[in-house]
Amino acid sequence: MLALEDLKVHFDVSRRRGERLVVKAVDGVTLRLRKGEAFGLVGESGSGKSTIGKAALHLVPITGGRLEIGGEDLTRLDRAAEKKLRRTAQMIFQDPHSALNPRMTIIRSVAEPLVLHTAIRGAALTSRVAELLETVGLSRQFLYRYPHELSGGQKQRVCIARAIALEPALLILDEPTSALDVSVQSQILEFLKELQADLGLTYLFISHNLAVVRYLCRRVAVMYLGVIVEEGETEAVFENPRHPYTQALLKAVPYPQAVQPDRGPPLQGDIPSPVDLPPGCRFHQRCPAAIPGVCDSVVPPEVRGSDGMVRCHLFSGLGRGD
Amino acid sequence: MSDQAMTSARAGPAPLLSVRDFRLAFDTFDGVYQAIDGISFDLAPGESLGIVGETGCGKSVTAKSIMGLLPSPPARVRGGQILFDGEDLLRVGEARLQQIRGNDIAMIFQDPMTYLNPVFTIGTQLVDVIMAHQRARPRAERMHRDAARGHAIDMLRRVHLPNPERQLDAYPYQLSGGMRQRVLIAMALSGRPRLLIADEPTTALDVTIQAQILDLIGELRAEFGLSVLMITHDLGVVASVCDRVAVMYAGQIVEDAAMARLFDHPEHPYTRGLLAAVPHPGRPAASLSSIPGSLPNLLDPPAGCRFRGRCALAGDDCLRPPPITGIAADHKVACWRAMEGPGAGA
Repeated sequence: MLALEDLKVHFDVSRRRGERLVVKAVDGVTLRLRKGEAFGLVGESGSGKSTIGKAALHLVPITGGRLEIGGEDLTRLDRAAEKKLRRTAQMIFQDPHSALNPRMTIIRSVAEPLVLHTAIRGAALTSRVAELLETVGLSRQFLYRYPHELSGGQKQRVCIARAIALEPALLILDEPTSALDVSVQSQILEFLKELQADLGLTYLFISHNLAVVRYLCRRVAVMYLGVIVEEGETEAVFENPRHPYTQALLKAVPYPQAVQPDRGPPLQGDIPSPVDLPPGCRFHQRCPAAIPGVCDSVVPPEVRGSDGMVRCHLFSGLGRGD
Repeated sequence: MSDQAMTSARAGPAPLLSVRDFRLAFDTFDGVYQAIDGISFDLAPGESLGIVGETGCGKSVTAKSIMGLLPSPPARVRGGQILFDGEDLLRVGEARLQQIRGNDIAMIFQDPMTYLNPVFTIGTQLVDVIMAHQRARPRAERMHRDAARGHAIDMLRRVHLPNPERQLDAYPYQLSGGMRQRVLIAMALSGRPRLLIADEPTTALDVTIQAQILDLIGELRAEFGLSVLMITHDLGVVASVCDRVAVMYAGQIVEDAAMARLFDHPEHPYTRGLLAAVPHPGRPAASLSSIPGSLPNLLDPPAGCRFRGRCALAGDDCLRPPPITGIAADHKVACWRAMEGPGAGA
């Protein structure tokens, strides 16, 4: 459904006189989402996960590589292709409050994509919006309300209604529950799961919350500093993480239970600057398993197997032989 | 009655902080918003207590009330006491509070950038804080600015900020989120407080950085003999740093128990709902349960149990407010169903 091939998104940041600096937010990412699957993209701030979501919808310019949606090459966009893309793929953002125009009633917000892309008008439009609201679990009485009259969970449901108005095949969800309380988060997650099953949607689910991704996604990719370091079936990655960064990330999450598993010392240091990328493996400075002379100089290749991908010298043949 | 029996039965050391039937409201144009409605809890010296709850439950308001940081109006204390070492913070007055803040009780917040001044260096801000603490001391024991600089470096070293001497000249924007939080912790602890109030200290941080900061708080707790009041919505954070947990809902404490007890034997239907709603990072789950409905309007809170509108177990007796009652050693709950016997609500 969605295919990224060696996708690159670089941003020019000029700092001080004449000095050109480039932020390599996404630096060679290859991903393939199957039709109807929920795919999780996890990573910490600055890993480039949100940039991938935006690049897939051309909300940020693509520097290099290839973007394909539904079998069509959309790396370069003309106006007709853009209009088509907006019907096929839609996005849901973290903060539903800032994603809704405070001066528009709910009916106007949800109707907007229908007005722009279809010929539905008048009473038919109203009933279609009411139907969409019903799909997301909101009654007709919300039609003429304003965003400030709604709770966070209700606003996110409105955003979902608007996103599915054109019956897209692909939904990109960028931290859709991060701004919500846990009891509301569980309602939205349950609903997203049902919606996916009912409409056969493909999800690219971007989140820093590992528990949420484990709950919703069949496959997952872990990002660090603009590259994917590990990819595989969610359960396999969570039960048996191979990349040292994935291991550290999973160990860092505190469990909501009385006894915490033995975690060892936390990962040291901060994520390095994407302007000044470390040589070799991007994780080597923080990696507890880094191999001197290898990880600090040689870029680890993608090691692909039937069960996924890992980008680490421990598996590349240059490492300790396994 | 049984509440008092429980307290005396525990017979631990005198609490460092004791909040007694505290009530606070905000006067708004729409009416009186009853943000805190009669909460009571104790914090023993060296203990770490977590206050958990969702948006609007009153957990941050509780923290700010202890520090005397809520402007009045609109905030209005409607009753109760906040006893710190026997002194009622609600009645001591602003001058005394100024001495207590930083020297006895310190606070760290969710977003460290908001609490650092962007146009001054870390060193200037840290030394200013240390110098401000000197005013509460006898003249002979006061530190000079040079000594304060040395103390600042020492504090930055204790929070494991790399290159503390160099970082003194850094501006906040030059530090990462985790480093800024370390600076704020250094600032908070520079006056050697006995109580640290941490209001969502890791919510804005990445998980690997969160793990570092939680580790640091644990380490400093032992080193400084700190009591910690941890305000959070994250049950995982509570489980990894707190000895005891109080669960708040709509301005009230609905359950207060030893940490392990709360996770293994939650009794209040709200606590149970909350625990069942969180996806667990350590195991796969087929489905999550949700708590139906939403928070009651605190401008006009419902009579009786405030959770009753969302509770599957609610009955006629829930129209009367349930008092918070001890049901086991170190376990109190405000629910008529739970009081019928442990596990009665299951």
